[in-house]
Amino acid sequence: MGKNIMDKLKTKSRAVMAQAERESALLEPTRRSFLRGSVATMGAAATLGATGGAAFAAGNPENLPPNVPEWSKMLGDRVTAEPYGIPSQYEKNVHRRTVPWLTPTAESSISFTPIQDLHGIITPNGLHFERHHGGFPHIPKEDFRLIVHGMVKNERMFTLQDLMRFPQVSRIHFVECPANSGAEWRGAQMDKLQFTHGMVSCCEWTGVKVSTLMEELGVKPGAKWVLAEGADAAGMSRSIPIEKIGDDCILAYAQNGEMLRPEQGYPLRLIVPGFEGNMNVKWIRRLEFGDMPWHHREETSKYTDTLSNGKSRRFTWSMDTKSVITSPCPEYPMLGKGYHQIRGLAWSGAGKIKGVDISVDGGKNWMPARLEGMVLDKALTRFVFDWDWNGQEVLLQSRAYDETGYVQPTIDQLRAVRGTWSIYHNNSIHTWLVKKSGEVQNVQVSGK
Amino acid sequence: MFKFPVNKSVLGLVLGGVLMTSAAYAGDEMKYGFGVKPSDKEIAGWDIDIRPDGQGLPAGSGSYEDGEALYAEHCAACHGDFADGGGGRYPPLVGGTPNELAQSVRPGQPHKTIGSYWPYASTVFDYIKRAMPFGNAQSLTDDEVYAITGFLLAENDLHDSDEPMDAEALKAVVMPNVDGFVDDPRPDVKNPHCMKDCFKSVEITSKATLGVTPTGEEALR
Repeated sequence: MGKNIMDKLKTKSRAVMAQAERESALLEPTRRSFLRGSVATMGAAATLGATGGAAFAAGNPENLPPNVPEWSKMLGDRVTAEPYGIPSQYEKNVHRRTVPWLTPTAESSISFTPIQDLHGIITPNGLHFERHHGGFPHIPKEDFRLIVHGMVKNERMFTLQDLMRFPQVSRIHFVECPANSGAEWRGAQMDKLQFTHGMVSCCEWTGVKVSTLMEELGVKPGAKWVLAEGADAAGMSRSIPIEKIGDDCILAYAQNGEMLRPEQGYPLRLIVPGFEGNMNVKWIRRLEFGDMPWHHREETSKYTDTLSNGKSRRFTWSMDTKSVITSPCPEYPMLGKGYHQIRGLAWSGAGKIKGVDISVDGGKNWMPARLEGMVLDKALTRFVFDWDWNGQEVLLQSRAYDETGYVQPTIDQLRAVRGTWSIYHNNSIHTWLVKKSGEVQNVQVSGK
Repeated sequence: MFKFPVNKSVLGLVLGGVLMTSAAYAGDEMKYGFGVKPSDKEIAGWDIDIRPDGQGLPAGSGSYEDGEALYAEHCAACHGDFADGGGGRYPPLVGGTPNELAQSVRPGQPHKTIGSYWPYASTVFDYIKRAMPFGNAQSLTDDEVYAITGFLLAENDLHDSDEPMDAEALKAVVMPNVDGFVDDPRPDVKNPHCMKDCFKSVEITSKATLGVTPTGEEALR
């Protein structure tokens, strides 16, 4: 190839890249299009719909038929250009986000999964929500040890390699922070799906069942509880009843096929299916068997639920059945009248999702949605509903029910029993107000 | 393994004595033999947990005066000079009574401190030892942890500031809110699976607040 042609191609490639950057900017609402913390935030959702749609429709004519784009002519990148592959540069806006005012420090804090951008039931490893109580450590795998002791017949200390030699299981389970939707207890607050419901993720976890170790080491009579403790700077510790730990809990070293991410507990974490996220202790270093619970800080001062009469519930482990519509949502409003496939996620700490219903009138009437794809025990489950939107304002809701017969409640029902002081365990039916413009706003409703 | 209904009260099962028998986990002979037997010293280095019955409390003691000085050095920057949270966003440690957890008494929000809310004094020692000071965890000696624990309990009028804090003194503390906790009664709501004409009317009671939801780089902190 002559020098002139190469130069010409490079110039054209730069033009393509520049155009791509512009498109990316249009599709990247939270970084560029939105005005920070201003009144314009409300209108920005509609702007996103309009410009996003327009950007898709317009594109760069040079790359559209009948023209042949550069990427059809030039060689692409070589193999191993990215030895560990990363998402497309045009998806840079898909990432975890935090709410700075929620916590005093960024180390004891939370980040939310962008569930508005995800499909299927598996959360990519780099997008699993984070909740650290003392930052996340980077533990060399050779410096990892798990000590199992207390009321066991054979106390034992394991390396990671030891644990990986035991019979292995893989299970797909959601992990949800009990504070998910916690900001909504007293009224609608967050106006993004990522922040109302993003403290939930779902991965395939691989490791050794705790019951395998219990059979191996022997449990002494009278042992009823296990303390799980992390090696992080918070020494995260929770008391877990022995029935649960011996039932389906997993000491997991892998997540979606690869070793755990540091944020998710590398090199080993506990998976306690269907229970509060913080019980799934990350960077676990110790399991102590005992005959009574420890009543540690994260199960007394925190992660307890105070009722309006001042009494508080403790050991509220199970994550109740919940669902939310992920399309449309504030981040991705309606693009026009006519067909729209309503999509969402449902999950239950009690077992499998049995079904999901959709209401477009704030809960007066319900229509069954269809479960799409795998329906697994204590896992995120996809639901879809074929909808013909007439362009009028609607109150959109989803309501899940599980195999035990439990039906996701209204916020009114939860408040009637628990008051408004809870932080945790808000699994209420969520409402999106779909406006004529297509904008979607987080609201709460009351039915009589 | 049997499965149990987690949505019912798991605690009820535990307290009700429906326990797996030890026969299921006989474990007299290890089948795989992986790992090693940890020495007592190895276990002791990591076994830092304390229970309400005092199990795990180490030897040692600390005075109120030492606790006051240590608190000023290690804790006051976040929790405030008077351990009341310092007007910031860190947890207040002192003040209040269980009475102030009720909505009728404090309509704004419950006044939660060690003195008003925490059911067991052992948790104070345990948490300081494992996680405090924030950013320099497990750096205090047992005497220092006793001293700070004694200082905070004394400031909450739960310990005599003339007496040193030690294992026996800590076990003797009865926290005011020890009876303030109830076990999980869920499922506590029953939503009927209604499909048609479930409500006559529906009204919007609240809308998401402007300016609360982070946007842009703010969401990356």
